[in-house]
Amino acid sequence: MTTSEHSTDLDTRYGSDTRTVTLRVNGRGVTREVATRTTLADFLRDDLDLVSVHLGCEHGVCGCCTVLLDGGSVRSCLMLAVQAGGQEVETVESLSPDQDRLHPIQQAFAEEQGLQCGFCTPAMALRAREILADGKEWTDEEVRQEISGILCRCTGYQNIINAVQNAGRKLRGGPGAARDETKGS
Amino acid sequence: MKPPKFMYCDPDTVEDAVALKARYGHDSVVLAGGQSLMPLLNMRLANPDVVIDINRVTDLQRITRDGEVLQIGAGVRQSVLETEPLVADLVPLLGQVAPYIGHVENRHRGTVGGSLAHADSAAELPCAAVTLDATMVVQGPAGTRTIAAGDFFQGLMTSALDPDELVIAVRLPVTTRTAGTAFVEVARREGDFALAAAAAVVELAADGRFASLSVGVAGIAATPVRATAVEQALTGQPATAATIAAAAKEIAGQVTSADDMHATSAYRKHLAVTVVKRALGAAVATAQERSDGS
Repeated sequence: MTTSEHSTDLDTRYGSDTRTVTLRVNGRGVTREVATRTTLADFLRDDLDLVSVHLGCEHGVCGCCTVLLDGGSVRSCLMLAVQAGGQEVETVESLSPDQDRLHPIQQAFAEEQGLQCGFCTPAMALRAREILADGKEWTDEEVRQEISGILCRCTGYQNIINAVQNAGRKLRGGPGAARDETKGS
Repeated sequence: MKPPKFMYCDPDTVEDAVALKARYGHDSVVLAGGQSLMPLLNMRLANPDVVIDINRVTDLQRITRDGEVLQIGAGVRQSVLETEPLVADLVPLLGQVAPYIGHVENRHRGTVGGSLAHADSAAELPCAAVTLDATMVVQGPAGTRTIAAGDFFQGLMTSALDPDELVIAVRLPVTTRTAGTAFVEVARREGDFALAAAAAVVELAADGRFASLSVGVAGIAATPVRATAVEQALTGQPATAATIAAAAKEIAGQVTSADDMHATSAYRKHLAVTVVKRALGAAVATAQERSDGS
């Protein structure tokens, strides 16, 4: 086989403008045809109507499009949707399947006024879920550092830090404790 | 703010990735973690014909020990450097450097090989590679070759990598048990690129003098640099705050960055001296702890 024949073979084997992608989103299996240049953020918003994925800057600075990919936070504007194939994506909708019953993290953000305009809130809530997942207690300074990848232009961050700490207390147990009912199964 | 049209290829072997790179050369880009490339695509500052996504190449995702060398595959995520016991045990500097790479959301996707190939002089991993005398393993159509870190970084965002080559791994000498290591960075905000940063690896003799030392500095020139004048001034000298402070001033002569929106050249010179001094002080302290504990 000549080099050019082999290369043409590579193009047909891999090269494409659209792909079928199969992944899990908020616990449900999803299969869709997507343009290969579609970002994961646009796929979640436009194809799956998960508009909690907020697009602030679309180049990885603001962090408002943060989602959990196999449990770890990533910027969904800096990934292609095809790259999420075979993986589990969680958006903030995964926290509370029932609109009338808030997840402890959401409850804590409400109690502490951890949001004003709400643009960064889905990302902050998911990041809170990630850092609180193993029950560790964090100092305020550590929380400040852990959420530093997400910009908030309203709160000055202190109330978000208070909300994360409040959520941590609720999830770990103790007075006013609540269980993370959506975690695991 | 959407990526332009391109042909998307996601080979699952290094050979196929290299064959695609050989065919498309400058018309193609390699998509590793995407934390630098995806912004360029979204803003259409990059408009490649072909995107070669190497995330499915599992051969690139291994960390292995080969005698006195730790080999880290190019596709290993930066966040793994913070959690992998083999890395903490064998090349502890990498675990100290990793938390400064962007934010955790970036490190969950960003790769070791991607950061090295991107060759940003203010980035942490290129600085660590130069400090640790790392060797890049690159593969092209003719096979693999190795490039010493000191030769790999050639200029602003420019490496010795040919257009038909791929970084497949970085090889790092295992750090001596008694060595002390440290990394110090000054940035405007958490997660920003360094205004100046320094990595240090030191070994102390029984009498408390520097037996050997290695200092790398990021953010002050077109490439990460070794602070050779500082290293020479301190070798064989007592590892005291006074000798370190005096020798650290030598780094100012290696600052070539002009004034920019982030810092003036004069301020960078000041910072370079400061981070070198602090990194050496911290590395000496850990070396003393390690020798006391053994």
